Amino acid sequence: MTFRLEGRGLACERDDRWLFRGLDLSVGPGEIVRVEGPNGSGKTTLLKILAGQLAPQAGELAWGERPLRRVRTEYLANLLYLGHAPGVKTALTALENLAWYQALHGERGDTASRLTALAALGLRGFEDVPAAQLSAGQQRRIALSRLELTPRPLWILDEPFTAIDREGVAALEARLWAHAAAGGGVILTTHHALPGHGTLRRVSLGEAA
Amino acid sequence: MRLVEPRGGLVVALVATVRRELTLSLRRRGEIINPLVFFALVITLFPLGISPDPERLAAIAPGLLWVAALLATQLSLDALFRGDHDDGSLEQLLLAPQPLPALVLAKVAVHWLLTGAPLALMAPLLGLFLSLPAGSYGVLAISLALGSASLSLIGAIGAALTVGLARGGVLLSLLVLPLYIPVLIFGAGAVQVAILGGDVAPWLALLGALLALALMLAPWAIAAALRISLNG
Repeated sequence: MTFRLEGRGLACERDDRWLFRGLDLSVGPGEIVRVEGPNGSGKTTLLKILAGQLAPQAGELAWGERPLRRVRTEYLANLLYLGHAPGVKTALTALENLAWYQALHGERGDTASRLTALAALGLRGFEDVPAAQLSAGQQRRIALSRLELTPRPLWILDEPFTAIDREGVAALEARLWAHAAAGGGVILTTHHALPGHGTLRRVSLGEAA
Repeated sequence: MRLVEPRGGLVVALVATVRRELTLSLRRRGEIINPLVFFALVITLFPLGISPDPERLAAIAPGLLWVAALLATQLSLDALFRGDHDDGSLEQLLLAPQPLPALVLAKVAVHWLLTGAPLALMAPLLGLFLSLPAGSYGVLAISLALGSASLSLIGAIGAALTVGLARGGVLLSLLVLPLYIPVLIFGAGAVQVAILGGDVAPWLALLGALLALALMLAPWAIAAALRISLNG
């Protein structure tokens, strides 16, 4: 079974100004779509619309040929969305944060898999430290370790490189391409170049619409 | 890459949410203790401010205890969704492939367990300060336990509606206080009736009915309110 998220004629208006209008976008297996545009051009809003959080003012979203609002639960079960805010509770440890996210997807999971995911993001030794004592980059890494922990075909990532150091950026870029190579799809906003071999498609916002 | 079938796991999600909320609250004890301290302070000040005369105090004790408990609950409600909203876990909660009303109900249940239930347990003790007549202490605790659960549920609707606003506190009070009034009337009424030696069962039954109604409707209203707030 394959998947495809398609947006047709999406539009969003803020304060009597069209952020974007008549936007077509589609992502399927093996594709990385980068949403580009200057600050304030509606990148985050577009990602929220694609994640089913916001309703577009016009246009339709479809998940595998069917309207998204009809198959919302199926869609959400296949989606991993990391927003602008990392969604990491600073009073909880990395392990506790991950355990809750796993449980939200109905998986009990086990500590071993969570430790492996955290180690993959370079957080070995920080598993039991309250996230408040970690740096912004490390907190972002906790959120990113969900990419390892809960395999989902479609990733929607809002500025995933924020606060990540140079090695981390390279590793994450490689991870994104590996995900695409394994048949996953990624939609992301970033100002990074994303060098790699594969189809990187661009969607540009912020041109006079 | 294979598609993932949605496979329920609601119980796992609920248990984890309850555990997470409990852990979070126990790590920030101040937030639990605040409403209790407020409740105790208000009640201890009344005998000083009004009169130490037991008869006078006993006449107004049920109302005072109930109003103070209601305001203490109200104080703690603003924080119910705010933390989750600020760090982004609220949007993750909304994107979980689980029914949102059930998840928010778990959050509200923990709120009641750590605010309403302790208030109900503390109230008889504070009743002593107001020389509440003997025989009404049990009713006071039961009416507060039932009533504060309704208050948590109703207040959570307001908290969900105002979570996107920078300073939602005042608006939250204005929104939910009118809905608190029936609970206050029946709750304080039950204690009053117990003091007068009447039959409290109908009063408690009414409080129970309000709670049942709130349990049925509030989770859906809270979920809808959260979606509206995040849509803004």
